[in-house]
Amino acid sequence: MSIKAFKNVSMHYCPGCGHSQVHKMVCDVIDELGIRERTVGVAPVGCAVIAYDYWNFDVSEAAHGRAPAVATGLKRAMPDRIVFTYQGDGDLAAIGTGEIMHAASRGENLTVIFVNNGVYGMTGGQMAPTTLAGQKTATSLKGRDLKRDGYPLMVSEIIATMPGVKYVERVSIHNRIEIEKTKQAIKKAFQCQIEGKGFSLVEVVTVCPTYGAKNVKEAYTRLENEVLKFYKTGVIKDETV
Amino acid sequence: MNKILITGNEACAEGAIRAGCRFYAGYPITPQNELIAYMSKRMEEVSGVFIQSESELAAINMVYGGAAAGMRAMTSSSSPGVSLMQEGLSYIAGSELPAVIVNVQRGGPGLGNIAPAQSDYFQATKGGGHGDYRMITLAPMNAQEMFDFTYEAFDLADKYRVPVNILSDGLIGQMMEPMEMNKKMKTISPDDKKWALRGCAGREPNVVKSFFIKDGVLEEWNEALQKKYAKISKREVRYEEYKTKGADIVFAAYGSMARICKAVCDSLREEGIKAGLFRPISLWPFPTKELKKLAKGKTNFLVVEMSAGQMVEDVRLAVLDDKRVHFYGRMGGGVPQETDIINVVKRLFKSKVKSKKSKV
Repeated sequence: MSIKAFKNVSMHYCPGCGHSQVHKMVCDVIDELGIRERTVGVAPVGCAVIAYDYWNFDVSEAAHGRAPAVATGLKRAMPDRIVFTYQGDGDLAAIGTGEIMHAASRGENLTVIFVNNGVYGMTGGQMAPTTLAGQKTATSLKGRDLKRDGYPLMVSEIIATMPGVKYVERVSIHNRIEIEKTKQAIKKAFQCQIEGKGFSLVEVVTVCPTYGAKNVKEAYTRLENEVLKFYKTGVIKDETV
Repeated sequence: MNKILITGNEACAEGAIRAGCRFYAGYPITPQNELIAYMSKRMEEVSGVFIQSESELAAINMVYGGAAAGMRAMTSSSSPGVSLMQEGLSYIAGSELPAVIVNVQRGGPGLGNIAPAQSDYFQATKGGGHGDYRMITLAPMNAQEMFDFTYEAFDLADKYRVPVNILSDGLIGQMMEPMEMNKKMKTISPDDKKWALRGCAGREPNVVKSFFIKDGVLEEWNEALQKKYAKISKREVRYEEYKTKGADIVFAAYGSMARICKAVCDSLREEGIKAGLFRPISLWPFPTKELKKLAKGKTNFLVVEMSAGQMVEDVRLAVLDDKRVHFYGRMGGGVPQETDIINVVKRLFKSKVKSKKSKV
């Protein structure tokens, strides 16, 4: 039996957290594509910081937000390896905007898995750049005030405008059909890199069941009924064909 | 061997290329621009990686990635840019990655100016980023040493898996002077680094990281790092002594200031003043023991720096007699001239200077 990309150990994530699902999907795709032995992942700072405890392939840590720069270094050093970053919305859309924009702008042949749950989970549910208007968080107790806190950032739409970017899709994991779509999107993003086409990004809109919801069920209901009204799922750009 | 005329910055870049460095990421900043320009051309010739990054933050993290992939990786910058790199340097040290970082120092603080300075000594030698870490720091004083030291820096980085810093300044970086290209081209195979992230075919996966959340693990990790630093402190001290034997006045200076002080020694000796130079070459590890030895007599020390007095603290710690440690420095791009230093010597050591003269 061949060695699997997922270590099949229990994870530290809160019950209902999207990371568990997305971790497994990334690993399944790596197995299906048969690339485990030539894949190098870059883990973020945030809830997924110890992703390497669950992934059975080479992984590098990156400072908060710097994963696309570290991945650029890895990929340029080894163009024949498959390099991806796994980043949350605080990591990618706040502190790491410079790195993600320029990695995309250079058209680095990388895959980015962008997990957007709308808050900083690791540090206690503070407002993220992706937090919706009016959403209550630890640092927006009365709800995100657009005047005080600014507008939610649509990173995927911005990145899609860049010529070196070949594939961008926003997906969700609120039901089984969407989960399957998410997996297919992740697979397509990796294929884009394998075929040497250029930068690919999959934004997985998910939940933080611990901060921002009373329970797991409510978190997913809110995702479907509120969050996805703003972060609309679908292919934003596809130039892989 | 024939000599060529070259700037210190270009000499440094060629030293890296010959050492087998095939990964460079950098961001333009004066006075190190000759280096990045040279690299953009040379890396193409040797089929290496050249990336002009969006910032120094990105540059140092690209170096992190390149080094994690097993490449000999380097970045270069000048003071304000090196400040931006401190986060990455702490991570590189914490993750035990080998890398070479060149700082062609300029005046600070803040944006400062683009004139030569030595005011990043603290940052380089005491750990400018967070956490308990050290960087081997080598201080060249001419184009030849920019070439030689950079060539050697990669061996040191690989040997100990630490960041190695070339602490230069705008004077050495931009000045053109003759140099011998006396080093052979090395070929480095990244696959030889068994810890590197090159895909886990035929082995267990590797992880490069500095995060240890479980109780006690980070403390152990730190203890291991300190053990390594202690070994480096023992083995990798580099310094030069010039006419220190029987000297009444010993200059302590590094880099371009050492070079100027060397000339001052000769001038003073012509006047009958026994002057010598103690020149730390490795600023970390600092040659404390060697300086202590020199301080056993009654020698007076004059530390000369292009700063408000940074290395002087390490000299004081070695000499342990404040009355014998004096300081002269200029800041913000001011370069102490030979005549300035001679005047300082005469003012400080008036009685000594006179008595010597009367004996002549």
